[in-house]
Amino acid sequence: MHVNAIEVRNVWRIFKSRDGIVEALKDVNLEVRKGELFGLLGPNGAGKTTLIRILTTLLLPTRGEAYVLGYNTAKEEDKIRPLINMVSGGEYSGYGLLTVKENLWMFSQFYGIPSRVAKGRILELAKELKFEDILNKKVRNLSTGQRQKMNIARAFLTDPKVIFLDEPTLGLDVEVAREIRSFVKRWITEKEDRTVVLTTHYMHEAEQLCDRIAIINEGKIIALDTAENLKKRVSSEFSLLLRIAPKIDVSWIKNIEGVLNFISRVEDDGLRLRIIMEREESIGDIVDGFIRRGGKITYLSKEEPTLEDVFLKLTGRGLE
Amino acid sequence: MMSFLRAVKGRAYPRVIGALREPSWMFWEIFLPLLSISAYVFVYRALHAPPEFEGFVILGGIMTAYWLNVLWGMASQFYWEKETGNLQHYIMAPAPLESILAGMALGGMFNTTTRAVSILLLGTWLFHVHMVITDPLLLALIFLICLAAMYAMGMMFSSLFLLWGREAWVLNSLFEEPIYFLSGQNFPIKALGSYVALAASIIPLTLGLDAMRQLIFPSSLPYALMNPYIELLILSLLTIVYLILARIFLKKMELLGKTKGTILTRWL
Repeated sequence: MHVNAIEVRNVWRIFKSRDGIVEALKDVNLEVRKGELFGLLGPNGAGKTTLIRILTTLLLPTRGEAYVLGYNTAKEEDKIRPLINMVSGGEYSGYGLLTVKENLWMFSQFYGIPSRVAKGRILELAKELKFEDILNKKVRNLSTGQRQKMNIARAFLTDPKVIFLDEPTLGLDVEVAREIRSFVKRWITEKEDRTVVLTTHYMHEAEQLCDRIAIINEGKIIALDTAENLKKRVSSEFSLLLRIAPKIDVSWIKNIEGVLNFISRVEDDGLRLRIIMEREESIGDIVDGFIRRGGKITYLSKEEPTLEDVFLKLTGRGLE
Repeated sequence: MMSFLRAVKGRAYPRVIGALREPSWMFWEIFLPLLSISAYVFVYRALHAPPEFEGFVILGGIMTAYWLNVLWGMASQFYWEKETGNLQHYIMAPAPLESILAGMALGGMFNTTTRAVSILLLGTWLFHVHMVITDPLLLALIFLICLAAMYAMGMMFSSLFLLWGREAWVLNSLFEEPIYFLSGQNFPIKALGSYVALAASIIPLTLGLDAMRQLIFPSSLPYALMNPYIELLILSLLTIVYLILARIFLKKMELLGKTKGTILTRWL
């Protein structure tokens, strides 16, 4: 019996287009244990969704092999499909003229679930995800949050052994996102053989939910561990958050001793910076540098390291 | 088998319920086609054509409703499903894609039959078309086998439309007007000459219309292309061929989609 829900071995995925070749995944290796809530954390375009597509039998790897519950995703999709399901953020599946209940029932039929059982599960899920009030509402009249709750219910309705949640809270308001996260957390603890693979670029979501997290960047897994252990990698460091006005050149920051990496984002009237550093004494040099260059510091804060700092240290990029 | 039937029922449901829930189709799909039919009827009347020609137009209008459903509701459906994100869920589900297509077809047939019957009743009433059904059983059989062949053709196109990678409405336009012409929607197909008519017989609508005209308007026999029994046989063979091709192209589409990454999902 396999202890791993997922095994990915030396997987490459290369896309060829008129514009050239894109290496979306480069020699990816990972194992997800049964019963684990596993996170794939990375910025847009890192390769998260490509990996999910391979694991959900929608895409073939160019090289290498992937297994879900011991079955090869390229050759044994018929055995995998009844055992998995997937939800993506911003999904528009279903038919607008059907009600939420009818849509969910329809998708359940593609998994061979008897109507009576399906209808019972729909009511249970509606109660758990707090959308009983919209069960008879047409899908085309739903808000984004209501629609995503329906999508979540669609995937969990089939009681999968492994569920893939691809940016499930993308674009949702705080409350709906929180409800979805707590539902996922409850669901996985109800039975020990359930596994969740979650992709996200929200670090707090990965940190809050996941047992282990793989950080993926430019198609490569660059770190894999628990959130706690990942943060230990930057335990001797801290982040400095600054807001500067007006927009000025900041390339000099990297030459200051003790600065490991930084990212800057343009805002309306200036810049927002996140600097990862290892020497507190260098804060003065940074402040002095801005003043000498005509920059005004409107906000300054020193923070404990987060997963974003781990990512920043490893890649030199931000997550969002 | 039960799972297959459940998937068929599931996918047919939105189409069946759509007909009941959206009454606006009555205007768009009965009144507007009737206008088009009326134009042909008045042209034939002005030319003092035999009265059965008016019946040809009504029958053509009925069968065109099915052809439009085959094009817009079957052939291009996977394209629309890909755009909305449904296609990836259909592929990921354990139900075979054939069951999804069968559900679309049955739902589409139900949906279109309500329209077709309305056109038939209103058309015959408005233009006093006189029908003499000589062999109701054969007529029913030809009608059903013609529908089966048309929807099997639609199933085959559903994969091809995705593989060709064009906007679905462009391909639909390509298959709309030429098929109206080649199927002899409003005139006896024999008028195009025997060779063209025979070549056009790969379109189920052509043979179906020709056979049904003979069985509903016996005076139209001089315009008939071939014996209705032979047409029934060819339509049955076409159904089998199109179903086999649909299955082959489905597999090919899925494999190509999984290899290239651009066919099944919109975002890649």
